[in-house]
Amino acid sequence: MNSLYYQKKLSRNVGDKFFTSLSVFCAFIAILPLIFVVTYILIKGGAQINSDLFTLEPNPPGDDLDAGGINPALIGTLIITTIASIIAIPVGVGGGIYLAEYSKGGPFSKFIRFGVNVLAGVPSIIAGVFIYALIVSTKILFGSMYSGLAGGMALSILMLPTVIKTTDEGLKLVPNELRYASLGIGASMYTTILKITLPSAFRSIATGVVLGIARAAGETAPLIFTALFSYYYIVGFEDLFYEMGSLAVLIYNFALEPYDAQNKLAWAASFILVISILSVNIFSRILAAFTETTKRV
Amino acid sequence: MEEKLILFKNRKRFGIEKNIDIIFKNTTLVLSSLVAVVLFGIILVVFIQSFESFSRYGLNFLVTSEWNPVKDEYGAFTAIYGTLVTSLLSLLITIPLGVGTAIFITEDFVPKFVREIVGSFVELLAAIPSVVLGLWAIFVMEPFFRDFFAFLHNFFGWIPLFSSEPAGRNSLLAIIILVVMLLPIVTSIARDSLNQVPKKLRNAAYGIGASRWKTIFSVILPAALSGIMAGVLLALGRAMGETMAVTMIIGNSNAFSWSLLSPGYTISSMLANQFGEADGSQVSSLFYAAFVLMILSLVVNIFAQWLVKKFSLKY
Repeated sequence: MNSLYYQKKLSRNVGDKFFTSLSVFCAFIAILPLIFVVTYILIKGGAQINSDLFTLEPNPPGDDLDAGGINPALIGTLIITTIASIIAIPVGVGGGIYLAEYSKGGPFSKFIRFGVNVLAGVPSIIAGVFIYALIVSTKILFGSMYSGLAGGMALSILMLPTVIKTTDEGLKLVPNELRYASLGIGASMYTTILKITLPSAFRSIATGVVLGIARAAGETAPLIFTALFSYYYIVGFEDLFYEMGSLAVLIYNFALEPYDAQNKLAWAASFILVISILSVNIFSRILAAFTETTKRV
Repeated sequence: MEEKLILFKNRKRFGIEKNIDIIFKNTTLVLSSLVAVVLFGIILVVFIQSFESFSRYGLNFLVTSEWNPVKDEYGAFTAIYGTLVTSLLSLLITIPLGVGTAIFITEDFVPKFVREIVGSFVELLAAIPSVVLGLWAIFVMEPFFRDFFAFLHNFFGWIPLFSSEPAGRNSLLAIIILVVMLLPIVTSIARDSLNQVPKKLRNAAYGIGASRWKTIFSVILPAALSGIMAGVLLALGRAMGETMAVTMIIGNSNAFSWSLLSPGYTISSMLANQFGEADGSQVSSLFYAAFVLMILSLVVNIFAQWLVKKFSLKY
C-alpha cells in the first residue's frame, strides 16, 4: 500500500482533517460574540433612537416614568474625553519624542519603555482608585469632590501609555535620511522634530491617538467614583467641578435598574457609544490598509 | 547673490535658538519621566492609603472572608479567590479557542480575505467597551444560558463547582464574558507570533514528510510558544483587572462558595461596588484590596515582559 496517491483513511490524514475542522470551529466560535453583540445593540438600541434622546435629561428611575434622554451623559462623555486628551496627548507625544528622537537606548529609556508597558497593564479601576485618593478625597481641586475634571484625569492615565507607544513607534518608522538632511542644512534638533519628523509620522501617530481616545470614551471603571453621575444638563464652565454623567456610567447605572424604561435608555446609549467607537476603528483600519498599499519614501 | 551667500555663511545660530533647543529637549525628558512618576505615584498612594488596614489585619486580610462594615471586620478572601478563579478558568477556555483561531488565520484553509475578515472581527471585538458587554451579558447571555446552567446543576451537581442552585447572576457567567474579552488579546498575539515563525521551518518539516498538523504541533507552535505565553499572561493580567462586565454579571456576593453557579465577587467588582459609599476603615480596607489586585497584575505583567525579552524568537 505504498501508493503515492492521497489516502483518505490514513490516520495522519484523518487526524489532519479532525484538527482542521477543530480550528475552523474555533474561528467560528470566535466571530460569534461580535456578531451577536453588534446585532443586539443595533436592534435593541437602534429602536430607541429619536430626537428626544439627544436633547432631554434622563429622568430619575421610577415605575412608570418616561426615561427621558441622554443629553447630559453624551455631552459629559465628550467633555471628559476631551479633558483626558488635553492631558494625555501633550505628555504622551512629548514623552514619545524623547524616547524616539533623543534617547540613545540607555538604561533610562529602557526603564521608561518598560514603565509604559507596565502602566498599560495597570487595571483601569486602579486608575480610578488613584485619582480618588489623590484628588477626590483630598478635595484638592478648589474644594470639589467628584468632578468631571477628576474623571478626565483618571482617563488620561489610561490613555497615556497608548499615546507614548504610538508616538515612539511612529517616529521610529521615519527614515533617518530625513533627519540627516534636515540637520545637514543647519536646522536645529527641535526644528527637525517639529517640522520634519513629526509631520511625516503624523498619520500613524494620529491613528493611534484617535484609537486611544475611542478606547477611553468607553471606559467606565475609572469614572464610577471620580466623575460619578449626574442627571442634569451641563450648562456652564463651573459644571466641570461637579459630578458629571457619561455614557459609560449611564449604561452601568441604568442596566442595573429594575425598570424597563431605564434599561432601554442603556441600550440606546450603548448604540451611540458602540457605533461611534466601531466606526472610528473601522475607518482607521481602512486608512491604515490604504496607506500600506500607497507607501511613499 | 554673492553678498547674500556671504551673509548666509556668516550666520551663526542665535543664542535664543540654542536655548529653545535645550528647553525643548528637557521638556520632552520631563514628559517622558512623568510615566515613571505616575506609575510610582499609583503604587505609593494606594500603599499609603491601605496602610491603616494593613497594620490592623496584616496578612490575615488575605485569608479571612468576613466583610462587615458594621462590625468593622474586613477580609478579602472571597474576592481574591473569585479574582483568581474567574481569571484562570476563563483563560483555560480562551487559550485553545484563541490559539485555534490564530492557527485558522495564519494557515491557508480558506481564501485570504475570509481569514482577514475573521481576524478583523476578532480585533473589533476588543473595541467594544466592557460596560456594553456587561449590558449584553445581563439581557441576552444570561437568559440564553439559564437552561444550560440548570442542566449542569442537575447532572453534574455532585461536582462541587456546580453544587448550588444556579443563581441569576453567577461566577460562571462572569467567566464566559471574560472569555469574550480575552479572546481578541490571545488571538491577536498568538497570530503575530505564529506569523513570525520563519517559512523555512515549515518547509523543512513538510520536506521530511510531516503532515500539516504534525508540522503545526511539533514545529510551528513550539517555535511561537514564547510569544503565545506572553500573550496569555497579558490576558491573565487583563482578566484580573477587568471590572465592569464582571461586576454587572457576577452577582456581587461576599458569601464564600465553591460553586461557580452561585454569585461571587472579584477584587475589582468589590471596588466598583463599594468605593463610592465607603467610609472610615472600609476605605482603607478597599485600598488594601486594590493594592493586592495591583501587585497581582504587576507581577503577571512584568513576568510577561520578561518572558518576551528572554525567549523572543532568534532566527
